[in-house]
Amino acid sequence: MAKHQINPNNWISEYSDYLFHYTISRVNDREMAQDLVSETFLAGLKSMSNFKGEASERTWLISILKRKIIDYYRKINSNKGKAEVRMTYNNESEVEGDWLEEHVADPFDQTAEDKLENSELGDAIHECLGKLPQKQANVFKMKTILGYDTETICNDLNITPSNLWVIIHRARTALADCMEKNWF
Amino acid sequence: MKKSFLFISCEEAQHICNKRQYGEATGWERMKLGIRLSWCRITRAYSNRNNKLSEIMQKSDVSCLKDDERSNMQKQFEEELAKHQ
Repeated sequence: MAKHQINPNNWISEYSDYLFHYTISRVNDREMAQDLVSETFLAGLKSMSNFKGEASERTWLISILKRKIIDYYRKINSNKGKAEVRMTYNNESEVEGDWLEEHVADPFDQTAEDKLENSELGDAIHECLGKLPQKQANVFKMKTILGYDTETICNDLNITPSNLWVIIHRARTALADCMEKNWF
Repeated sequence: MKKSFLFISCEEAQHICNKRQYGEATGWERMKLGIRLSWCRITRAYSNRNNKLSEIMQKSDVSCLKDDERSNMQKQFEEELAKHQ
């Protein structure tokens, strides 16, 4: 018997944020990231019969998403007629060695390694958020990630500010525990 | 001055500490928390962990869908799902 079952009814609520974070950290365009995630869910729906249940639904959806992201880059690359990298050295410089300073790496610039680490950190946070009860995760995301103010969240979810802070307290404690095991 | 004006419980300290992470603690609350932090090891440990969580949240640039974005996605998906069921 297959280890994992497929249930598309829960895909959006369970995986949309994780897939969105995964995508936006790779394509850096909010609208495009949403399109790619939507396309992934639709592609998953069409190829449900191929799901063997050996991997989790999320892993399976991520493998579809990865192909979508690669296709996206292939497409923009062919549209631009292949990427060209040009570097102009300042030939007119009279002072010997000026170009060295001009082209030295900016120590405050994020390196590819930093970006990769931050993206992995984001994956770990989503992993832990996925373990929280739905309501706690929602309130935490709205408050911490989307930066909504207390009043807006209370109105949207029909809860009191005291409720909100209790939920935030529980979510932060559980997240810190989970991140301590997985990241710190 | 009443002692309770300045001395707060561990739970209240944690509540203020949470509010502080979002810039919502008042000056007076921050002062009361500061006093508690000076002598309570449990509050200090909670505060350190809480600050660390805020730091990594900021560092990660973690993102998620807004409500309306998720609703649109859900709507679009449900239309397709209906065709498959």
